[in-house]
Amino acid sequence: MELRRLADCVWEIPPTAKPGMRVPARLYASETLLGGMEHGVFDQVTNVACLPGIVRAALCMPDGHWGYGFPIGGVAAFRADTGIISPGGIGFDINCGMRLLTTTLREEDVRPHLVALVDALFDAVPAGVGAQGFVPLTEDAFREVLREGAAWCVHRGWGWREDLEHIESGGRLPWADPEAVSAKAVSRGLHQLGTLGSGNHYLEVQVVRRVDDPDAAAALGITGPGQVVVMLHCGSRGFGHQVGTDYLRLFLAAMPRYGITVRDRELACAPFRSPEGQAYFGAMAAAANMAFANRQVITHRVREVMSRLFGRDARDLGLAVVYDVCHNTAKLEHHRVDGELLELVVHRKGATRAFGPGEPDVPEAWRRLGQPVIIGGSMETGSALLLGTETAMRETFGSTAHGAGRTMSRHEAKRRIHGGELIRGMAARGIVVRAASRSGVAEEAGFAYKDLDAVVDVLRRVDISRPVAAVRPIGNVKG
Amino acid sequence: MADVAFEIEGATLDDLFATGARALAELAADPATLGGAVERTVTLEAPDVELLFYDWLAELVFLADRDRAVYPAADVTVTAGPPAHLRARVHGGLVDRARTALRADPKAVTMHRFRVDALSGGGWRAEVVIDV
Repeated sequence: MELRRLADCVWEIPPTAKPGMRVPARLYASETLLGGMEHGVFDQVTNVACLPGIVRAALCMPDGHWGYGFPIGGVAAFRADTGIISPGGIGFDINCGMRLLTTTLREEDVRPHLVALVDALFDAVPAGVGAQGFVPLTEDAFREVLREGAAWCVHRGWGWREDLEHIESGGRLPWADPEAVSAKAVSRGLHQLGTLGSGNHYLEVQVVRRVDDPDAAAALGITGPGQVVVMLHCGSRGFGHQVGTDYLRLFLAAMPRYGITVRDRELACAPFRSPEGQAYFGAMAAAANMAFANRQVITHRVREVMSRLFGRDARDLGLAVVYDVCHNTAKLEHHRVDGELLELVVHRKGATRAFGPGEPDVPEAWRRLGQPVIIGGSMETGSALLLGTETAMRETFGSTAHGAGRTMSRHEAKRRIHGGELIRGMAARGIVVRAASRSGVAEEAGFAYKDLDAVVDVLRRVDISRPVAAVRPIGNVKG
Repeated sequence: MADVAFEIEGATLDDLFATGARALAELAADPATLGGAVERTVTLEAPDVELLFYDWLAELVFLADRDRAVYPAADVTVTAGPPAHLRARVHGGLVDRARTALRADPKAVTMHRFRVDALSGGGWRAEVVIDV
């Protein structure tokens, strides 16, 4: 497939590469990262470029890898008036996302209690298959969660009012429509609030290892190397997966009515303004709100555990939310394309919103800096905190990467290492792991992921995000 | 990059669908380590056999997650249609977190490379990618 270099770390596949492409495909990657991308990434991003109503280009971030329908790391914007919405452009785990909490603790304060801390977090935050949350919910109450998101938790004392100011969209997508959600999805999600899930989801105790931008770091509550922080990565659990499944099937049936054909059934879609498109948009927002609430309940549990273990109030421990970002969503946003301000349905699948300084959608507290971006790496190597930029607003619909990105399948990772061996190796390097499934740990080995610093370096070079700090794990809870 | 994929064959459609249930369950846990027995009845209708097989596996993923159980065995009767119909009784056990040897967590059935084909010599083959 023809690939031409547009600029440092920016590559383009022209619309002539595949019949039906309406716009080019554009990939953000160094030569090394590009060379490591599977053929499927190029096939998928050019398939996305064929979808109705797409504008500018189908984008792939430097953590891009082969997904279902869209590549993971995919960003695509469709005109709201004539374009589509596709569950495959959002992912089954709707509003899978990251949240970062600060503490006033330093590594030397936590090290003597690390095993007890990770054990207590593992007990307090149910993880893995068959886990159920501690929040007992009726169906009516669950539908309230779907409408209210993180605020539902804060109103019940499971969080601080200021938490809501540090969550993307205030922790609530207001167009959520619980009536567009199936009874099946509700029954699946009813017991899952406050659970971590499985796969690559985690709750980590981390230490700041590097500060790239001292002023921005200080403003965000990052005091310097050695500071302990807490990061969580999870989403809307089985509930979101059921919403995705329900609408994938509905859209497959609806496409012939709208004369839409797609190159891959995972790209099943409907016109955004159609009844089906609007129903999915409302159901997707409901699942996003469930995910915001999920991360809020887990935050509350983290505060309880650390407060108990260190004998200090959670506020005294400085357990504040830096930010909470979504990386599997579609949002209605305004962006300028070829000089024209358009209303667009921006799909981000394994991609993070990265709005620049001054944008009204960035919380007031961080508006002069730009939106905080949290990028999760592997459980062995660590994660990064960045900020959105004006360049991202101009070039990527205010979007950036979401993680390190896998380099091999989960199966291949398990073939190469046993979970027990990995846990022992990590313990020897000072990282305590508690997991519901040992084989699940093997899937998440560091070698199964790209080099996070290489991904962050591309984001810096193309200026779609600005690095603030990097963190390394010392304790990990996973499903 | 497939998370977990399986390819299965069945002498008949009934066999293919029952084998699909077994494959999905084996992904999730060691069936020998499940807890208390559970049974469910499933009835489905779809425009064709391929979509019926998708709906069948999606139903099993849903039941497993809702019930916190795994269903490795199924008595299945499929009629090809169109429309295609399924009636099944599925048998399984609850996930006992103290005892069950968990493997992956099947969360959704994808349409990625999803296909069901009639084999020229008789029988059926299916290819499935599960999001875990």
